Amino acid sequence: MLEPLLLALDFRTDVVRRFLFDDVIVEGAWVTIQVAVLAQIIGISLGLGFALMLVSRSRPLNVIAGFYVWFFRGTPVLLQLLILYIGLPQMVDDQTFTNELTAFRAAIIAFGINEGAYMTEIVRAGILSVESGQMDAAKSLGMRQMQAMRRIVLPQASRVVVPPTGNEFIAMLKNSSIAFTIGLVELTGAARLIYSVNFRYLELLVVAALWYLAFTTVFSILQGEVERRLAFGDRERPTTFISRTIELLSGKRGTEMVK
Amino acid sequence: MLRVVDAHKRFGHTEVLRGIDLEMAKGEVLVVVGPSGSGKSTLLRCINHLEVLNSGRIYVDGELVGYRERNGHVVEDSEAEIARKRAAIGMVFQRFNLFPHLTALGNVMAGPVHVKGLPRKEAEAAAKALLERVGLAAKLDTYPSQLSGGQQQRVAIARALAMNPKLMMFDEPTSALDPELVGEVLEVMRTLARDSQMTMIVVTHEIGFARDVADRAVFMDEGRIVEQGTPQELFDEPKQERTRTFLGLIG
Repeated sequence: MLEPLLLALDFRTDVVRRFLFDDVIVEGAWVTIQVAVLAQIIGISLGLGFALMLVSRSRPLNVIAGFYVWFFRGTPVLLQLLILYIGLPQMVDDQTFTNELTAFRAAIIAFGINEGAYMTEIVRAGILSVESGQMDAAKSLGMRQMQAMRRIVLPQASRVVVPPTGNEFIAMLKNSSIAFTIGLVELTGAARLIYSVNFRYLELLVVAALWYLAFTTVFSILQGEVERRLAFGDRERPTTFISRTIELLSGKRGTEMVK
Repeated sequence: MLRVVDAHKRFGHTEVLRGIDLEMAKGEVLVVVGPSGSGKSTLLRCINHLEVLNSGRIYVDGELVGYRERNGHVVEDSEAEIARKRAAIGMVFQRFNLFPHLTALGNVMAGPVHVKGLPRKEAEAAAKALLERVGLAAKLDTYPSQLSGGQQQRVAIARALAMNPKLMMFDEPTSALDPELVGEVLEVMRTLARDSQMTMIVVTHEIGFARDVADRAVFMDEGRIVEQGTPQELFDEPKQERTRTFLGLIG
């Protein structure tokens, strides 16, 4: 029904269908997922480490972490990527270094380090959201600072940290297309490569958009489940896509009561 | 068991403790009363080194808390040492401070498992017994958010007892509770004092409880101990004007 209209507008759904699972596109999608997941893991790890440094009572550690956040949040990620991929090899001037530093690796490292700066602030906010009485109680039981942090404070902070981290990851999935600048063929790059040959711009961009939407949809569902698990027996657990779907299918309504 | 010698504590320019001297024998129950801001809570927090004294010394069971003595000087202990000494002092907070991400059982097991390194099975059996003792055998798998205030405070008492402390400190344990829930918490504390001969220092405004359970009562005001004696002496025949005024106020 729609197709004649789209044809008249020069949008060919058959091109979208043909390229949706094209090898180059699938390959690009796979690169995007790998870069985003690995960079996010690096970002979360760095964020955790630097956030602990920021809240610690050591002045030097505060300063180091503060500098890291200041620099990597304060300059464009594209600039950081170029510094790593083009600038550093010039300085090091070593063939093995240049060979080992593929565009793929450079993207993961640069995005990871950049993400770490944002994650530092997110984790710090999470730690500050846990009331000080929790630390008092943990210490009164004989826990050391780091032990209390790991066993008592961070698990509670995670509840505050997860939603913005989900945001960050979704942004990472999309913004990883910046790496096409250094020649990494990820999802957007793959679409650009193909339309530069067949000139079906919009169709290929729609193909890429469909893949991004698929990724973010799946991820949002997973995030909802994680948040649900972190509700620690609160009477009303947040509803999620999955829980709502189950409710809808089983004919139940309203929020689920726990015990 | 507890010896506080000339304890001073300042927060900025405010002097919260102005020379506290206090001694407690093993098995003794001491009740501390006094207006808010008199330094009662700060005293407790200094005893387990959650706050650091500006001067003076505190000994628990003969050991200096938070410090080592070296050639007549005191040096702050290592973190591990401070933690070890703290583990022997149980503390119950006004606002319970239960760990919201752990069940009642998890709260009571946290100390034994993570601090003492007890195997989970063993810690779990002990924690169950403790929760039974405070009347919460039916709430093992319940999270704090689903417990009443009185139940939460009883879990908190069990959590502190799980470390087998030599000294238990209660910082206004019933003042955040609805009136009808106060009794159940006091009952647990009463049993603890009577049946287990626990050495206890209790900051409270529950005069009835103090008369029943305390061996000695202390009245604090403006960072000093104004008056002390048996509960009868302090509550029935207060010698100081300030004590009389305060007791009149809390009825």
